[in-house]
Amino acid sequence: MPGKLKVKIVAGRHLPVMDRASDLTDAFVEVKFGNTTFKTDVYPKSLNPQWNSEWFKFEVDDEDLQDEPLQITVLDHDTYSANDAIGKVYIDIDPLLYSEAATVISGWFPIYDTIHGIRGEINVVVKVDLFNDLNRFRQSSCGVKFFCTTSIPKCYRAVIIHGFVEELVVNEDPEYQWIDRIRTPRASNEARQRLISLMSGELQRKIGLKVLEMRGNAVVGYLQCFDLEGESGLVVRAIGTACTLDKLSSPAAFLPACNSPSKEMKEIPFNEDPNPNTHSSGPSTPLKNQTYSFSPSKSYSRQSSSSDTDLSLTPKTAPYPQGPRIYLCPSSPSLSCGSLHLKKSCLLLSESSLPPHHSSLVSPVLRKSVSFSEELFLAASGMGSGSAGKEGGPFKALLRQQTQSALEQREFPFFTLTAFPPGFLVHVGGVVSARSVKLLDRIHNPDEPETRDAWWAEIRQEIKSHAKALGCHAVVGYSESTSICEEVCILSASGTAAVLNPRFLQDGTVEGCLEQRLEENLPAGCGFCHIPYDELNMPFPAHLTYCYNCRKQKVPDVLFTTIDLPTDATVIGKGCLIQARLCRLKKKAQAEANATAISNLLPFMEYEVHTQLMNKLKLKGMNALFGLRIQITVGENMLMGLASATGVYLAALPTPGGIQIAGKTPNDGSYEQHISHMQKKINDTIAKNKELYEINPPEISEEIIGSPIPEPRQRSRLLRSQSESSDEVTELDLSHGKKDAFVLEIDDTDAMEDVHSLLTDVPPPSGFYSCNTEIMPGINNWTSEIQMFTSVRVIRLSSLNLTNQALNKNFNDLCENLLKSLYFKLRSMIPCCLCHVNFTVSLPEDELIQVTVTAVAITFDKNQALQTTKAHVEKSLQRASTDNEELLQFPLELCSDSLPSHPFPPAKAVTVEKTSPMGEGNFRNRSAAPCANSTVGVVKMTPLSFIPGAKITKYLGIINMFFIRETTSLREEGGVSGFLHAFIAEVFAMVRAHVAALGGNAVVSYIMKQCVFMENPNKNQAQCLINVSGDAVVFARESELEVVSTQQPAANCQPACTGGEVTT
Amino acid sequence: MTSELDIFVGNTTLIDEDVYRLWLDGYSVGDAVALRVRSGILEQTGATAAVLQSDTMDHYRTFHMLERLLHAPPKLLHQLIYQIPPSRQALLIERYYAFDEAFVREVLGKKLSKGTKKDLDDISTKTGITLKSCRRQFDNFKRVFKVVEEMRGSLVDNIQQHFLLSDRLARDYAAIVFFANNRFETGKKKLQYLSFGDFAFCAELMIQNWTLGAVDSQVDDMDMDLDKEFLQDLKELKVLVADKDLLDLHKSLVCTALRGKLGVFSEMEANFKNLSRGLVNVATKLTHNKDVRDLFVDLVEKFVEPCRSDHWPLSDVRLFLNQYSASVHSLDGFRNLPKAVRPHLAAPPPLPQRVSPCGHQRGCHKT
Repeated sequence: MPGKLKVKIVAGRHLPVMDRASDLTDAFVEVKFGNTTFKTDVYPKSLNPQWNSEWFKFEVDDEDLQDEPLQITVLDHDTYSANDAIGKVYIDIDPLLYSEAATVISGWFPIYDTIHGIRGEINVVVKVDLFNDLNRFRQSSCGVKFFCTTSIPKCYRAVIIHGFVEELVVNEDPEYQWIDRIRTPRASNEARQRLISLMSGELQRKIGLKVLEMRGNAVVGYLQCFDLEGESGLVVRAIGTACTLDKLSSPAAFLPACNSPSKEMKEIPFNEDPNPNTHSSGPSTPLKNQTYSFSPSKSYSRQSSSSDTDLSLTPKTAPYPQGPRIYLCPSSPSLSCGSLHLKKSCLLLSESSLPPHHSSLVSPVLRKSVSFSEELFLAASGMGSGSAGKEGGPFKALLRQQTQSALEQREFPFFTLTAFPPGFLVHVGGVVSARSVKLLDRIHNPDEPETRDAWWAEIRQEIKSHAKALGCHAVVGYSESTSICEEVCILSASGTAAVLNPRFLQDGTVEGCLEQRLEENLPAGCGFCHIPYDELNMPFPAHLTYCYNCRKQKVPDVLFTTIDLPTDATVIGKGCLIQARLCRLKKKAQAEANATAISNLLPFMEYEVHTQLMNKLKLKGMNALFGLRIQITVGENMLMGLASATGVYLAALPTPGGIQIAGKTPNDGSYEQHISHMQKKINDTIAKNKELYEINPPEISEEIIGSPIPEPRQRSRLLRSQSESSDEVTELDLSHGKKDAFVLEIDDTDAMEDVHSLLTDVPPPSGFYSCNTEIMPGINNWTSEIQMFTSVRVIRLSSLNLTNQALNKNFNDLCENLLKSLYFKLRSMIPCCLCHVNFTVSLPEDELIQVTVTAVAITFDKNQALQTTKAHVEKSLQRASTDNEELLQFPLELCSDSLPSHPFPPAKAVTVEKTSPMGEGNFRNRSAAPCANSTVGVVKMTPLSFIPGAKITKYLGIINMFFIRETTSLREEGGVSGFLHAFIAEVFAMVRAHVAALGGNAVVSYIMKQCVFMENPNKNQAQCLINVSGDAVVFARESELEVVSTQQPAANCQPACTGGEVTT
Repeated sequence: MTSELDIFVGNTTLIDEDVYRLWLDGYSVGDAVALRVRSGILEQTGATAAVLQSDTMDHYRTFHMLERLLHAPPKLLHQLIYQIPPSRQALLIERYYAFDEAFVREVLGKKLSKGTKKDLDDISTKTGITLKSCRRQFDNFKRVFKVVEEMRGSLVDNIQQHFLLSDRLARDYAAIVFFANNRFETGKKKLQYLSFGDFAFCAELMIQNWTLGAVDSQVDDMDMDLDKEFLQDLKELKVLVADKDLLDLHKSLVCTALRGKLGVFSEMEANFKNLSRGLVNVATKLTHNKDVRDLFVDLVEKFVEPCRSDHWPLSDVRLFLNQYSASVHSLDGFRNLPKAVRPHLAAPPPLPQRVSPCGHQRGCHKT
């Protein structure tokens, strides 16, 4: 099904002088798509040419439309010699391929050259006519929407969240091809940029196909990454969450899906590996790969939580046939597979009715491998589904098992989302992660990227089994990353094990009745903290208490997650950024020896990072981490670990105990004095932090809670070695046993250093807060000023006396100083909060450490107490929550007799009104951009999924750009700092220009995924690769929204003006 | 541990006004950091010297990158690389083109050539302004001069349009360009007491009344070059001092009008012939380039200094000059002035800001 791409070259401006003699340029433009090229006339002797070309028309396949970028080259005509290239513009036309996004791309684009940077601008208009509109979803994946945002996009509603999609494509890296020896750096860079652009187009199309197969229409939380494997090639991989989204203004679209549930059943191909042998090492490499997790499966039970017994509701009979039927309709591939699932789901149903001891009995056997456990279950109980259904176990358990089996059908029940519709997340188990060290080998056949696929599949299996060990059937906030050094590669994956509510995972027919009851019984603000695993049979030693909020169910003493703080969570005080930083020296080695050395170091690093996080969390007086991201970076002679998370005090979790210091030689008087001095300092810090973050939980009488009184325990020491009780070498006990107070034993200088480093972390200056999640718990009165920034630092370590301590200190100082610099630079924005602080560490060379930070500073209103502001805040909150409801409400819910009470925080509670205060009409014309009277329209950029004080009215498409910049005159360009500063500024400019050309005025969920910087000062050279992505959107200020409704005609013509059009 | 690379790039380019000022003043990063430390910023913010150093470096780098765009301010508005709010853009431009009084007095009326640029070291030493800052200011003058040199239309408008300066600053630049173009001598010791403002005031009136633009608004260089025809016509004023009768008549007219109004009436009466001769001589010599250049020197010597030695108050000088030029109109032979001179006469009499020769000068020429 072909399409017609139309391109018009309007004009250029600020072109560079290409002819020294006349100080002018004779510019013309080549427009290339696929293999077709058009040229404009030469516009002689001008730096501001007006080509005003005809429409160049390309008739192409939609497959090409998806894969290929439009390539515009500006050249200087030269009569006698070859024409000189001025620069290029690559335009991704994907946003034009689905109807709801942009309809035209029109605006000024910076002309970019990989050697000279931006050289002037060009005004281009691009349109696409897709033929056969009706049929266009059939053959290619045109029409599947992509979002980088890791939550359901603001103006959509999730009908179904289908699940994990992944894909990877590989190719040879042009930089390493033989031809690179004879071509210019420019040609090489351009080949690379073009290839990556092509590959990401292809990847996106393939992912789109998978989504269509699942009957979805969108990918949310789309994360695409490049692995520059050097000699062995170039890998582009992506993960995301397939969803069926529904635009909020058209609620009717939901109904068809509802009426045809049988179709939906095919949503997932039954491609589950029948024998997922998780613990076997990858066959492709000789290397023994080690994978392990935070929350290892010490002993696990398939028994879904027994703590739900209070929830015994008599189920209606109607849903029963439904449940199994969903899984009974397998897609054609294998009937046997389908029946297996049938059995399994039945089994699970019946299992819930078995006495708990039964499951604990089988569990030790189950530990060996996942596949085995399933077979065992099948053998153990071959009953039909009918009986199970009639038995009618606890309703919620049933519900969960439905979900569970629904999820287990999927190869990987993973979700890249970090924020969820209310009620989606039932319980959170904890962080699961897996890493694996691989040796890179040349990819021989790019069309068959089996090795890389197998590597990732392995890791994902590992994650899946860890989640199971935690009694969870799904993993949320899932992400993957790599770190490459020479031929060694560390693959990492992490996420949060969770139990999900099935209503978003399948079609909606069952929900009407289920949901209602469920929600009535879900305790507000603490449900997700309740343990999903069996209390009597815990996967790891943890100290459980009754939930401080509802007092009915058990909660752990600390909770680590990779997701954002759920909106309904009850938090006391404010949160703060917590980082653990760690370096480990490693001997230089080759290939396998190197990989082995790294594998051996990894567990210790994970352990120490975890310990540091725990200590710092306690020091802050908090009990939960959100948005946890642990990055392990491999270099020639060291490994770096950096964990960032946002610490909060969850009201549902117990008050954290303090940190106690124990000396090793208790007889020494002066030593003891020193110890007690340290102890005092720590206690003071904790007290100070509690005050700083306003943590003052209500006092609770002891007997209700159980036994949080610290018992003096002999074994409450930090376990510095691997847990001996763990029989798998790769498993670590990171939970530190059951203890209330944390005891740090100072037995050597190392430990002393650790304690010192704990205390050296300086809190941000007053008026500043920081977090790495979307929003800061405890602050909600944001004002509209935002400043997104990227900061990069590289330090050179003195090669002398490199010890682990010195390294740690250097690294710690680097990060701390960087943060201090940020606070200083942004001091004019006080009071403000640094949100979504994202640190990336890389080790470009032997003694170089590079840290890249991207974050956004948002101002907020300090005077919450003032009545006026309060009213305003409440109003906006109310509006926000109304929006939420609109986003998430199901039509079915609307017609149900009783309104479900949503677990909103008290402040938002007053939002029962279903009809938005702003009518539908208002929603349509939000494209009005606050284009001030400046000549260039302002484009905001933020790593968050929202813009404070504004409403996103339209998503225009994904921005995914890759740039290379190289210089052979580093000194002249201001050294490395000048070079990189200019390049990053240029990247921002190009992102903004593309967004403006799409008619947008902001980029949300912006992320700089890669910033690879290489220098060779001796040769006066440097090269940098940057990969960024985000969602182009149109937003309107809330204050303007009211105005817009009265000025509809005016608003309609607005978008055209936002395209960076010059008004003078 | 040394920092190899240290950058901060905001989506909105951060501009620190204080650092910008230090940069414009030509301080090195080190000096700027020292000055900032002295300002007490560390105590206010709790930052460390290293943080300040990094911050200063970063701002300096940003300014350095912006400088290229500041050379053609409209580019700053249209460029896409740095997102800067319009108010900040205006501030950047205005501050960049601002200049030091001390510096401008040194180069005012000098040819904006390489030769002068070489002398900037001396000016720097003399004025205490850093050489870097001197260079920037000098280059600004030269750049503005080059751009508007051959343009049609009002000088001030051209400058405003091409450099987006405020009205006030554009007028100052017009004066600088006008002085540089006509190479008026302003550096003599005798003229040292005059401020740039004084000269700028004169320049404005001269542009209004003495240039081609005053007659015809559609000529090249209209506000830059003096109207040759007009200067030629001024020769005819010679009769005011050459013709004894006319001189006496003129004197009597002035004296009658001013009797009782001037505190220095007797001195004026006694000196009238000398003063008139001085003024007229200055005017009639203006056909020679050399004398044009010395205009201000001559005026001070021939008119200002005599007045000053008699302790004329400013108001008296003003009254006298007004009357001096007004009376001429009632003299025979001056009723039918050449056409070219008319517009000059039509202008209102200038009011000197201080005892400045410029004001007077205009008065006399009008006559």
